[in-house]
Amino acid sequence: MANRKQPGGLAIWLGVADSSFTRQKTVKFGDASAVNSGRLWSIVTVVALIVAWSITTVGGVIDPIFWPPLEGGLYPWDNPNRAKPGVIDRFMGLLSEGYRNISLWEHVGTSVKRVLLGVFFGALAGIPLGFAMGLNSAARGLFDPIVEFVRPIPPLALIPLVILWLGIDEVAKVFLLFLAALFIMLIAARAGVSSVQISKVHAAYSLGASKTQVLRHVILPNALPEIFTGLRTSMGVCWGTLVAAELVAADQGVGSMMMIAKNFLQTDVVVIGIIIIGAIGFAIEMLMRALEAWLIPWKGKG
Amino acid sequence: MEGLVIENVSMVFTLANGGQVHALEDVSLHLKPGELMAVLGPSGCGKTTLLNIVGGFLTPTAGQALLNGHRIEGPHKERGMVFQQGALFEWMTVAQNVSFGPRMCGVPRSEIDGTVRHLLEVTALQDFAEKPVYQLSGGMQQRVALARCLANEPDVILMDEPLGALDALTREKMQGLVLKLWKETGKTIVLITHSVEEALFLGERLVVMAPRPGRIHKEYTLPFADQGVEGDARKIKAQPDFISAREEILSMIWEMEEEIMGGADTH
Ligand SMILES: Nc1ncnc2c1ncn2[C@@H]1O[C@H](COP(=O)(O)OP(=O)(O)OP(=O)(O)O)[C@@H](O)[C@H]1O
Ligand SMILES: [Mg+2]
Repeated sequence: MANRKQPGGLAIWLGVADSSFTRQKTVKFGDASAVNSGRLWSIVTVVALIVAWSITTVGGVIDPIFWPPLEGGLYPWDNPNRAKPGVIDRFMGLLSEGYRNISLWEHVGTSVKRVLLGVFFGALAGIPLGFAMGLNSAARGLFDPIVEFVRPIPPLALIPLVILWLGIDEVAKVFLLFLAALFIMLIAARAGVSSVQISKVHAAYSLGASKTQVLRHVILPNALPEIFTGLRTSMGVCWGTLVAAELVAADQGVGSMMMIAKNFLQTDVVVIGIIIIGAIGFAIEMLMRALEAWLIPWKGKG
Repeated sequence: MEGLVIENVSMVFTLANGGQVHALEDVSLHLKPGELMAVLGPSGCGKTTLLNIVGGFLTPTAGQALLNGHRIEGPHKERGMVFQQGALFEWMTVAQNVSFGPRMCGVPRSEIDGTVRHLLEVTALQDFAEKPVYQLSGGMQQRVALARCLANEPDVILMDEPLGALDALTREKMQGLVLKLWKETGKTIVLITHSVEEALFLGERLVVMAPRPGRIHKEYTLPFADQGVEGDARKIKAQPDFISAREEILSMIWEMEEEIMGGADTH
């Protein structure tokens, strides 16, 4: 054993070698923690995708209306005076000039602002309602039928009704997101209240706390982790719902940009839109995770 | 009457299927101020139910519990609780946990600071005041729970298996701390435990309960707690009369368990 070469840190990072602990394990199949990151394979995937994208499109194998080239260029059948831009060039163009007189930042900012407003109002109404349902029988009874009925309805199914009520302006979109967030936040807050250990409540009362103090100093902080999970879920669901809503009706926002581009057969803008949506969804999730680790360090440690 | 009085307390739980559980039947006890009573008994004999009644979390179906002459009707800071798993507030630091009671009761800041500092010293936690409680070991967490309970100056301290989740060595150290705090503060203490040795060592008085229905089976008055305040715990536990008392109670509980099991076998 002594003369066996130990793999270096790079090999472990890449996943071509197991960590020293995993190497000592005899049972690996079925042990999830013995499956390493396989990062080398991830790199292979990314490189392969980019290479495939370049070859198939630049070589003119795929019609750019079906799938745009990564880099622009002149195709055999193109008018020699009008070279088509690739996705990269187009993205640079969008960054500097915007799309149809609206800058890219405005499109993205509009969408993000709608999501934040929807989640904010949803939380503002949903958290107190969830608390009421978790703490009071009458409130639970009153709202339970509504919650149980609306819960399985995907928010997108509400779009026609919201359009009939409020039209297609800003208020309508924020209202749709508000509805989507409301029920998620309500259910999360209710679960947070119900999850409080009775011995903590008993301890607080026998330390002389009043009902209000128990609510403020025990039940609320105890429910915060669940509330935060609710916020994360709401952000994700609202982001998805919004993009879909913008595809249906809007003049600004990432979704609407893609819909307009589709009408002009600008597949490259559509693809850029998809990538932006994915990137922002990912950024929101990462941001919420970081916020959670910072604000609620006691999560899962009760 | 001074002290804690439990008068003919019965507790019957009615189950969802209509069945009834006699968790306690006609239990009576009198604890004078400053007494330490250990409660021992097989699982399901109503120990926690009794403590919940004294804590004011349950109303007995018959009888009543009184503290210094007034009837117990709800939780109150005159009766502090220590639970098996601490029931600490994990979103607070050690010091915030300890100061919780006085803060809720509106005690002035300056006064609270002194109390907290003193209690953290007594429980040897002064270096951990600003640490979040979830970073502490189990034994330290139980010391926080004790300090938190003492910060409010309760008349009675009710403990439900406070040392049950600790390893054997930590447990012995904590037993010493409980005795020390008991003697220094002169509090009335009710301590539930599953350990016969712990009950003998800590219980100035010892109540052994029997199940189905939950009732008091036997009561003892013991000298070991008083000796333990000064003396060496290991020596006390090695004394012949400690050992013979332990054997007596162990076989008593063993017989009760046999009865329960025997009952289960012959149905
Ligand atoms: N809320 C309840 N509803 C119905 N039955 C209950 C309830 N609480 C306790 N019991 C029953 O009352 C009896 C006494 O329970 P208790 O929790 O007081 O026992 P215990 O002596 O503390 O047991 P352990 O040593 O296991 O903690 C048990 O048979 C239990 O099943
Ligand atoms: Mg119990």
